[in-house]
Amino acid sequence: MIRSMRWKGAAFTVPFQLGFVFLYLLPIGYAVYQSLFREQQSGLGLGGSTTEFNGLDNYAKGLSDSAFMGSILRVVLFACVQIPVMLFISLVLALLLDAVTSRVAGRFRILLLVPYMIPGVVAAIMWVNLYSPDVGPLTPLGELFGFHWNFFAPSMVWPSIGNLLTWHGIGYNMVIIYSALQGVPRELFEAARLDGASEIRIARSIKIPYVRGALVLTGLLSIIQMLQIFNEPALFRNVTPQTVSDSFTPIMIIYNQAFNSGNYHYAAALSVLLALILGLASFLFYRFTSKEAD
Amino acid sequence: MVLTDKRTERPPVRSARRLTRPDAASRGRGGQRFLLLGLILASVYSLFPVWWLLVAATKNRTALYQSNGLWFSGWHLWENLHQVFTYQDHIFLRWTANSFLYAGVGSLGGTLVALATGYGLARFDFPGRNVVFACVVGSFLIPIALLTLPLYLLFSAIGLVDTPWAMLIPCLINPFSVYLAKVYTEATIPYELLEAARIDGAGELRIFFSIVLRMMTTGGATVFLLAFVNTWNAFFLPLTVLRGKENWTLNLGLYNWSGTRMESGIDLTGLVLTGALLSIVPMAIMMVAMRRYWRTGVTLGALK
Repeated sequence: MIRSMRWKGAAFTVPFQLGFVFLYLLPIGYAVYQSLFREQQSGLGLGGSTTEFNGLDNYAKGLSDSAFMGSILRVVLFACVQIPVMLFISLVLALLLDAVTSRVAGRFRILLLVPYMIPGVVAAIMWVNLYSPDVGPLTPLGELFGFHWNFFAPSMVWPSIGNLLTWHGIGYNMVIIYSALQGVPRELFEAARLDGASEIRIARSIKIPYVRGALVLTGLLSIIQMLQIFNEPALFRNVTPQTVSDSFTPIMIIYNQAFNSGNYHYAAALSVLLALILGLASFLFYRFTSKEAD
Repeated sequence: MVLTDKRTERPPVRSARRLTRPDAASRGRGGQRFLLLGLILASVYSLFPVWWLLVAATKNRTALYQSNGLWFSGWHLWENLHQVFTYQDHIFLRWTANSFLYAGVGSLGGTLVALATGYGLARFDFPGRNVVFACVVGSFLIPIALLTLPLYLLFSAIGLVDTPWAMLIPCLINPFSVYLAKVYTEATIPYELLEAARIDGAGELRIFFSIVLRMMTTGGATVFLLAFVNTWNAFFLPLTVLRGKENWTLNLGLYNWSGTRMESGIDLTGLVLTGALLSIVPMAIMMVAMRRYWRTGVTLGALK
């Protein structure tokens, strides 16, 4: 009876397991396998091509590929600025919501979540046009105050994308931090107030430490997303291809290697490298933040 | 009472400060106003792009380029909609239908698989259970490129590239849905109930379909909703596995339209903006209709 029950339980997960093997394990294995080969043009490139074993050469090439490593560095540097800014705004908004009456909080929460309802590609389309000097209201607004800003200039592209991501992300992160805040025992605030703590002091010494876990988590999710950023730069590239090159972010390079250069083997090696870097970054971030919490 | 007692004992200045901040509701008016101001500013930041899009969709081309972006100038919404839907032989309708097909059918299948798996993981102890769960959690870290490129090769080897199956099949397996389903099962399906049903002689499949699934309506709705939104928003996978225009999603179509100006000099800005507004509508309806569910989903999502 007990024995058969166990297998019945396992049976419920069989469709998932099969699918997981087919859609996850097999592709990853295949990518790793492919990454060990290379296409060799025979003769003068007229006689077709053969695939030959290449060992880890693709990985060595990837690690010394300045375009690829440069794109990772670009994204990491950007993440170091954008993610803290976004999380800080989300945290402040969550604290504000927590401090007003629940009726007011409910209304504003919906308003602040509107950007989250908008698909990433559509959000990028919206902002690309908002930034556009022809149709967007931001350029004339700048002129009004004496700024002649060009949102697509090389020095402005990352801030422009950063604003788009911040706009898109604060609602979601705010909700997560806010619901963590709701878990703080209210008696703590009463006690602190009786001891004469100001609201700001309470926020700093009780509320923020309490939502540290939520902040670590939103930070981790943001890092994972950021290293894979693709949609936003791709849409920006539609408007300003000279500034946003086709090797702007790691995934753009991988996509181009695979589909425009037909270099699957190298693209596979790069995506394995990206996965390793992603895992390492998440691990380091987690270690760093949880050590700080001790 | 306690507060008044203390006030008489302590210096007046400190006690006055304490009295002004007993709790959020009766906090000083200035403080409340300051909080509200912050929230209003943030809401304006969140909403003005949407407002601008709404306004832009009502304008004709001249007004789009020449009038104030934040206010109406002429009413051409119906013409714009007509143009969006008829441009390139009604291709926008096709893309909308595709998006609904992939997101609807794909998420439904994915939700069923996820609920069964979540139930199996949460309520049975079988060899390898921890391995399956480790796969679920571990896969959150796998970059899309690592999965999508080989998936493309795999699909092209079996002739699925450029067919709806290339979008539908990946939807069936969604580790995050499985994770949510497991959490919901743990919260809603008591062991005792399963025991009782077994004693009554119900088979495991029957228990799952007529008891578990029914009790998991809320959880299932959340899982479905989040999967739907995910698929609706997907971009890298469709870009990779769909080649021909007729199988594209809304996102791919809009991306393509927004790029045509660079390639051919045809300005489709008005079409893109109206189309973008249209593609938000189903999301907005779903989100508002299912507010109660998706908020728990979002919060749970954070716990993974």
